[in-house]
Amino acid sequence: MSAVKFYQTGSLAVGNRLLPIEQRSVQATGDRTNAITCGHRACQGCGEALGARVVLDAAMRATGGKLIVVNATGCLEVFSTPYPESAWRVPWIHSLFGNAPAVASGVAAALRARGRTDIRVLGQGGDGGTVDIGFGALSGMFERDDDVLFVCYDNEAYMNTGVQRSGATPPAARTATTQAVGPEPGNVFGQGKSAPLIAMAHEIGYVATATVADVRDLERKVARAMELHGARYLHVLVPCPLGWGSATSETIRVARLAVQSGLFPLFEAERGEVVAVTPLRGAPVPVEEYLRIQKRYANLFSPAVRADVLARIQALAERNIARFGLCRAEES
Amino acid sequence: MLRQIEGSQAVAETVARCRPQVVCAYPISPQTHIVEGLSRLVKSGDLAGCEFINVESEFAAMSVAIGAVAAGARTYTATASQGLLFMAEALYNASGLGLPIVMTVANRAIGAPINIWNDHSDAMSQRDCGWVQLYAESNQDAVDLHVLAFRLAEELSVPVMVCMDGFVLTHAYERIDVPGQEQVDAYLPAFRPRQMLDPHEPLTIGAMVGPEAFTEVRYLAHQVQRRALDRIPELAGAFEAGFRRPAGGLVRPYRCADAETVVVALGSVLGTVKDTVDEMRDDGVRVGVLGLGTFRPFPAGALRQALGRVARVVVLERAFSVGTGGIVSADLDSALTGLPQRRYTVVAGLGGRPVTKASVRAVLDAATADDLEPLTFLDLDRSTVEAVR
Repeated sequence: MSAVKFYQTGSLAVGNRLLPIEQRSVQATGDRTNAITCGHRACQGCGEALGARVVLDAAMRATGGKLIVVNATGCLEVFSTPYPESAWRVPWIHSLFGNAPAVASGVAAALRARGRTDIRVLGQGGDGGTVDIGFGALSGMFERDDDVLFVCYDNEAYMNTGVQRSGATPPAARTATTQAVGPEPGNVFGQGKSAPLIAMAHEIGYVATATVADVRDLERKVARAMELHGARYLHVLVPCPLGWGSATSETIRVARLAVQSGLFPLFEAERGEVVAVTPLRGAPVPVEEYLRIQKRYANLFSPAVRADVLARIQALAERNIARFGLCRAEES
Repeated sequence: MLRQIEGSQAVAETVARCRPQVVCAYPISPQTHIVEGLSRLVKSGDLAGCEFINVESEFAAMSVAIGAVAAGARTYTATASQGLLFMAEALYNASGLGLPIVMTVANRAIGAPINIWNDHSDAMSQRDCGWVQLYAESNQDAVDLHVLAFRLAEELSVPVMVCMDGFVLTHAYERIDVPGQEQVDAYLPAFRPRQMLDPHEPLTIGAMVGPEAFTEVRYLAHQVQRRALDRIPELAGAFEAGFRRPAGGLVRPYRCADAETVVVALGSVLGTVKDTVDEMRDDGVRVGVLGLGTFRPFPAGALRQALGRVARVVVLERAFSVGTGGIVSADLDSALTGLPQRRYTVVAGLGGRPVTKASVRAVLDAATADDLEPLTFLDLDRSTVEAVR
C-alpha cells in the first residue's frame, strides 16, 4: 500500500492527482477496465454498483484482464443485464440466486481441466445470495478450497425484492418483513450471522471486510486476494439509499460511519486467524450518528427516542471495538 | 468385447471414454456406483485431464456443471429421485442457457413415503424442464446412450438426461460391450461449445429477459427439441454403423407388424413385456410392443405412425400423476388425437414393485378382451387400501 499520508479527512479517494501514476488507485487511472460500465440501471447512490466497479476493476488489474465473473441473482444482476443490454465488459454469467459460489467452482474446475489456470474466477452476490440462500454453496466452495474469490456486497437486506430482512439485517432495522411497529420495532436482536467469521472458520486462505467508503483499502484487499489461490472471501458493506432510507448523496458517509462507529469492523484474516485490523480514525463515533441518518432506524428516534435500544446497539459496536482492537493504534 | 460387469460400472467406464473434463458428484442411491466408478478412474489417472468435484448437494452438482460447461469443459453428473428434484431449479437454468450437460438419472421413486426403489417418477416430474430424456431398455442400451447423449447434447447445445432404471439396471451384473476408446473417439468429436466464458471475447450469459423476448426464447428452445426429433434417429443410425449394434432412437417396435394390440412402455420393463408378448404370440394373440426410447422431445409423429392402425394401445408406465393418471398416457393421447383405437393405462412397478410376466399377461388378456378399466394399478393390494380406510 502507498506510504503516502493522506491529510484529507474527507474522501480517502481524493489526492490521487498528487501521486505518481503507479501509486494511484485503479479507479483514478485512465486505463481501468470499467468492468461494469455506464448505462446500467442502478439507483442513484447505489453502494453495490460502486462496490462492484471498484472490486472488478481492481481484480482486472490484478489478473491482467484474465477474469471470469459469476453473479448471483439480485440487484446487481438485474440492473446490469436487462436484455438485450449488458453493462459488463468482462466474461460474465448469471445462473441462479442460490448457486453462484457453485457455478464459480465449476468455472474454476473447467479452467483447471483446460489448463487455463492463468484465468481467475470471481463470484459475487448480495447478502441474500451469499449469507442466506447461497450459503450452502458458499460453504462447499470454501471447504473444497476451490480457486474462487467470492465477494459479498452486503446491503443488509433483500433490496431487489423490496427490502425484506436477510440474515445480514442488523437489529432494530426496519425492513418490509421486520416492520417498524409494535413494542420492539424493526429487526430483532440476537439473530443474524457474521459471514466473514464463518468464512474464517473454514480456515480458507483469505477473508477480509471492506466498505465503499475507502476505495484504496477495498482495492488493496482485492489485489491481496488475487495474489493467493484457493477459496477467498471479501465482504463489502454497500449502503443502499432505497432500503436504508439514506440520502443518495450520503452513501460514502454512511459507510464510513458504519466503520467509525465500530458496527462494521475492517479486518483481514488468513487461514482462520485475524492478521490485520484497520483501526478507527480517532475516537469512535457514537452509533446514534450512524443510525440517525437512515430512515430504517426512524423507529429509534420517533415518536420517542429509544435510549434502551440505542444502548444495545452501542454495546454491539463496543463489543466489536474490543474484540478486534479497533481503537488500539490511534488512541495511543 | 463382452464383459460380465455391473451396469453402473459399465456406465462409468463409458462416460470416462467420452473424455469428460469435469465430473461433479453427490451421493444418492441408486446412482452412487456410477460416480464412485468415475472417482476411481480419475484418481487412478486412467481418466486423465478430468476434474472430479465432490459437492455438498445435488443443487450444487448441477450448478458446478453449469459453470464448468459454460467455461468450455465437457461435463457430466448423475443423480436420482430426491436429488433430481433438489436440482430442479438448476435443471431449468441449464436448459434455458442451452448448456450441453449430460446426466444419468438412475430412476427411483420420490417420497413421501421415502422409497429408494425404481420407478420413473423422478425424471417424469422434470418432463417440462427442457432437457432431452432418453430411456435405456437394458444396460447395453444405457451404456450406448451415454455416447450418443454427449454428441446430441453438444451438437444442439441442449442438456440430455440418460434415464436408466435404478437397481434393476444400475446394480445388475450382466454381459455388456463397453465401447472402446477408439470407437468412442470416432463417434464423438471434441467439445466445441457454441459459446463460452472467455476473457478474450467477453460474453454476458444469463441476462434478464422480459416480456419482449421471453416467448421467443421458449419458442427457440422448442425448435431445438424438434431438431432433436430429427437428429436422434440420425445419430442412432450413425451409432449402429460405427458400433454395429442399434442404440437409441425415438421408438422401437417389437412384433408390431400385424399387431391388433400394442403395449407402449419405456425402460427396463420392456424386457418383461417382450417376454410376455412372445408367450401371447405363441398362443396366437396378435400383440406387439413399442418401446419409447425418447420421452423428451416427445416423438408424437413417430408414435402416431407406429400406432395409427392398431385397434388398442396399452400404456404401461412406471409413473403416475396424482389426480390425473398416466403421464406418458396423457402425452400419447395428445399424439393420437382423432384415432379411433381404444387406449388403456396400466400404472405398474411404482416404488420398485416387481412387474411380473404373470401380472402383465393378466392385464393384457383383459385389454385384448376390452375388459380393462381405462386406468389400472397393476397388482394393487386391495387389503392394504381397505385397511388404511
